[in-house]
Amino acid sequence: MSEPQVPDSQSAEPNLPETKPGAEPGSRTNLDPHVERYAARTAGMTASEIRALFAVASRPEVVSLAGGMPNLAALPLESLSQQMSELIAQDGLTALQYGSAHGVPALREQICEVMAMEGITGHPDDVVVTVGSQMALDMVTRLFCDPGDVVIAEGPSYVGALGSFAAYQAEVVHVAMDDDGLVPENLRTALAECERAGKRVKFLYTIPNFHNPAGVTLAAERRAEILEICRQYDVLVIEDNPYGLLAFDGQTYPALRSMDPDNVVYLGSFSKTFASGLRVGWVLAPHAVREKLVLASESATLCPPTLNQLVVSKYLATHDWKGQIKTFRENYRERRDAMIGALEQYMPEGCSWTHPEGGFYVWLTVPEGVDAKAMLARAVTARVAYASGTGFYTDGLGSRQMRLSYCYPTPERIREGVRRLAGVLESEMDLMRTFGSVTTRAVSGPQTPGPDTA
Amino acid sequence: MAERTVAVLAGGLSHERDVSLRSGRRLSVALRDAGLTVQEWDTDASLIGRLREQRPDAAVVALHGGEGENGSVQTVLEMFGIPFVGTHSQGCRRAWDKPIAKALVSGAGFATPDWFVLPHSTFRELGAQSVLDAMVERLGLPLILKPDQGGSALGAQVVRDAAELPTAMVGCFAYGDTVLAERFIDGTEVAVTVVEGADGPEALPAVEIVPENGVYDYTSRYTAGLTDFFTPARLDADAEKAVGELAIGAHRTLGLRDISRTDAIVAADGTVHFLEVNSSPGLTETSTVPMALEAAGTSLGKVFDELIGRAAGRGTA
Repeated sequence: MSEPQVPDSQSAEPNLPETKPGAEPGSRTNLDPHVERYAARTAGMTASEIRALFAVASRPEVVSLAGGMPNLAALPLESLSQQMSELIAQDGLTALQYGSAHGVPALREQICEVMAMEGITGHPDDVVVTVGSQMALDMVTRLFCDPGDVVIAEGPSYVGALGSFAAYQAEVVHVAMDDDGLVPENLRTALAECERAGKRVKFLYTIPNFHNPAGVTLAAERRAEILEICRQYDVLVIEDNPYGLLAFDGQTYPALRSMDPDNVVYLGSFSKTFASGLRVGWVLAPHAVREKLVLASESATLCPPTLNQLVVSKYLATHDWKGQIKTFRENYRERRDAMIGALEQYMPEGCSWTHPEGGFYVWLTVPEGVDAKAMLARAVTARVAYASGTGFYTDGLGSRQMRLSYCYPTPERIREGVRRLAGVLESEMDLMRTFGSVTTRAVSGPQTPGPDTA
Repeated sequence: MAERTVAVLAGGLSHERDVSLRSGRRLSVALRDAGLTVQEWDTDASLIGRLREQRPDAAVVALHGGEGENGSVQTVLEMFGIPFVGTHSQGCRRAWDKPIAKALVSGAGFATPDWFVLPHSTFRELGAQSVLDAMVERLGLPLILKPDQGGSALGAQVVRDAAELPTAMVGCFAYGDTVLAERFIDGTEVAVTVVEGADGPEALPAVEIVPENGVYDYTSRYTAGLTDFFTPARLDADAEKAVGELAIGAHRTLGLRDISRTDAIVAADGTVHFLEVNSSPGLTETSTVPMALEAAGTSLGKVFDELIGRAAGRGTA
């Protein structure tokens, strides 16, 4: 190699005043010349030790119970391929062109038919198609939340929603659930406390069916009461319902939107019932909100991808999509059974878990004193991964919990993963017996896996 | 020079997979820019087949942690007679185990913070609190806990209060069965890259590390903007010379090859303390080796191109 040149000390700046993008000789750098320019809302956007551990989850040696990727293997790829080809041949100039921010009209009509399965009577004009319901979450928060406004959310809550709330600097107040979902009395107490503290609560964000991450469902008899409480405190309801059609017994629950159309903004998605990669979701909102959503959507993306909307529309028109959902449900039920069976067989005393009747997730509580977040490194060594509970709270709770997904691995892999996890837990409890119960250690950055983690 | 085919090994199954993939990608781009034909390989069940069938002219191990740094992958390369950049398997084993590296470097006459190494079983059998008390008595507070193996500061923690120790121990033991407890030295933290050339190992300008939150943890390491780096480090001439001598001393003592990075602290009294050495240092956008190379007037692509040439010239292992 050539002789490395030690920099000429004369050229070094004596006071090191500047922040430079690269490490120039004699220079100071923090590797990011823009660091002083970022908005305050980027505070939590840092590298994360926990997130880094999920990198191994993609390797086949690791049983990942961490991610939330739907099992798409059951999709009829051949006929979809043919359909895509026809779509481009017949409607290519429309499919590849800009569309309206409101969404393709035919798809909005079909979306109303989908929502009717859960008792919703919606008008296609009140539907706004979005890039997955994640975009809907972002827009709804943008519309309603100023920095410091309060969002009430279940504890735990969907991490993607918490991310949107953080991006708009809203404060999240969690309300605890039980096996029947959100507890009305807890909601009332939280709202009253916010009122006393002079906080401005903008909306309740709720996932009533087969909750992510908790796996529970809001009991039908609680629904009217939750809506009534929100009315009483003049709080809007954001109902996020990606899993509603995935009940293992095919049962559907009345959507909150169906019971209070004027005070509920409803978010739906084709990610779990068709294809997550198409990123097609929607919002059903009262007309005044809908008008603003369309304008917000224009400024965010101009319009949702026309091609993807037409793919979904054509799929709904030409395929047995209800039969496909039934297939998904059966797949997921088999996997849920595998997970619950393995938990019963392997988990040590002191653990408890939810029993989902649909959706993707089991919420596991480990014995007192175990920090599920700290334990993740041990789990990865043992070739199993999970999402530790703290990522689903904004207030530091969740250290004794973890989300286990059964959506993607096969039943055999799920059983093996739970068996490994039980071993990890035993070792951690052994450590706990040595050192006593631990307090949880704060860590920075995202604590949950990215969307492409299996 | 004839165009060489190089296999960059990155990924693996260690806790540092993510960092390794970033190192591997950055290195691969730099080598392609330097005109080499590069294959990026993960170390999985397909590796042996690829080594047998494709027989690259050389391999570069950009793996961090576990199999990639403890000599295992190097042993496989040696078995297949594939020349590779970096330290051979025996040297890797010495550098990988932090207590062994500390003992050997200390034995060669360099200072290193006082330390104890204990497995979980000792705490379990003798009673955790009495062992922890003795540890604090000897090392003082603050002290640093690290897994005895592994990098990227994963599992490492600065403990300032004895009451935090049990939690910190549990966090550290999540990464491995043995903990290295080290006296905390307040001072200037530096990373010194050593590159071997025709004249033997040479220390590049030291990179001084000043994390915004005071601790160079995972977040500070891999979030651009959270740590200030000074290259060369703001050291007086004596200290600058001493950190270079330490890095070369560690490289030689542990029998490292081609490239290494030594992490050290320069205490207020000028003493240079050896912390650890990396036989497969990080090459990411926020790693200190590329900064040192740039400060030395060279680049990642140029230096690794030359190291690949040296490896290929060495022939097998």
